[in-house]
Amino acid sequence: MASGVKPRVKVPKSAAAGEEITIKTLISHPMESGQRKDSDGNTIPRSIINRFTCDFNGENVVDVKMEPAISTNPYFEFTATVPEAGEFKFTWYDDDGSVYEDAKEIAIG
Amino acid sequence: MNFKAMTAVAAALIATAPALMAGGPDDDTMVINGEIEMTTKTEAPAHMEGTGIDTIISGWHFREDETQSQQLDDFENQGMIFVDNARDAWDTVEGEAGESCASCHGTPEDMAGVKPVYPKYVDSAGEVRTLQMQMNACRTERMQAEAWGYDAQPAIEMEALMSSVSRGMPVDVAIDGPAAEAWEMGKEIYYTRYGQLELACASCHEENYGNYIRADHLSQGQVNGFPTYRLKNAKLNGVHSRFRGCVRDTRAETFSTGSPEFVALELYVASRGNGLSVEGPSVRN
Repeated sequence: MASGVKPRVKVPKSAAAGEEITIKTLISHPMESGQRKDSDGNTIPRSIINRFTCDFNGENVVDVKMEPAISTNPYFEFTATVPEAGEFKFTWYDDDGSVYEDAKEIAIG
Repeated sequence: MNFKAMTAVAAALIATAPALMAGGPDDDTMVINGEIEMTTKTEAPAHMEGTGIDTIISGWHFREDETQSQQLDDFENQGMIFVDNARDAWDTVEGEAGESCASCHGTPEDMAGVKPVYPKYVDSAGEVRTLQMQMNACRTERMQAEAWGYDAQPAIEMEALMSSVSRGMPVDVAIDGPAAEAWEMGKEIYYTRYGQLELACASCHEENYGNYIRADHLSQGQVNGFPTYRLKNAKLNGVHSRFRGCVRDTRAETFSTGSPEFVALELYVASRGNGLSVEGPSVRN
């Protein structure tokens, strides 16, 4: 069970219709690989974010499958074309079943 | 890129930059979030006359462009994750007195200007204190809460928050008056050779900054960027923990974090950066 998990996203407040914008996302998470052992020699169980998705008005923008080699506090930066005003929805899926969500409105103008 | 192209690039680099010191500082400028202009190179303070250093340089200049750029935007600076944690802690009531940091001090932004003057001599305590020591005095005396361990996670996070609200202000620690004794002690430690390798702080950071130490660049060892988020361990690192690492690498028994020796050394090293902007939490490798 990961603690201190907190998603953050940075999306421009507005864009021109059809403009390509840059989106930055970061989630604080230990991303325990499952390969390490503690001081008693027991394997520390894997605990990572295994999937990240971004949707815009219900349409998928990115869908990323994540693997244990990804470092702590995974950061994604990507571009998206904004055809209309609406809402970006971000979702992170944790190994422990937790789902973390964030959303950002974007206006045209 | 094929071999020929690489050779051409290498030749071009040699041709255009023959005078660049290998491992030396670059000439980039630092502006945080596109608004805070930072002083990362400036004239050395008067007390450094005779050291051979006339310009003091932030460790930021000794890092790769990729590492440097992470510090320019709070969203990309992973040290800010810990600053966020400290913002939560700032408002959290702890201890018997039922107080939080916010009860007395208002918002973290009200504390702008505090970090640049620490370590400083605290009259009421009759000693030189680092910011962490002063925070613990607040916790134990006013909040009646438990003291944080030195450089422990909550302490280093709070120090990072205090530093972040003072970014852009010049480091300005007092070295005279009642602080003079500790400053002299720190100076003596700075020039004392420790360990089997017989290295003083000055051996690397005064006489050899800009040269390579194994595969890494030696900086001036400035502490204006602490607490520092290091890519190598993905967490915030405190000044005293960094001192420990350095002294350990000389193959010596080190002083403890929070010890009078390291408090004095922090004051002295901070004073060598008087005039540089407070940068913490900075990003280094």
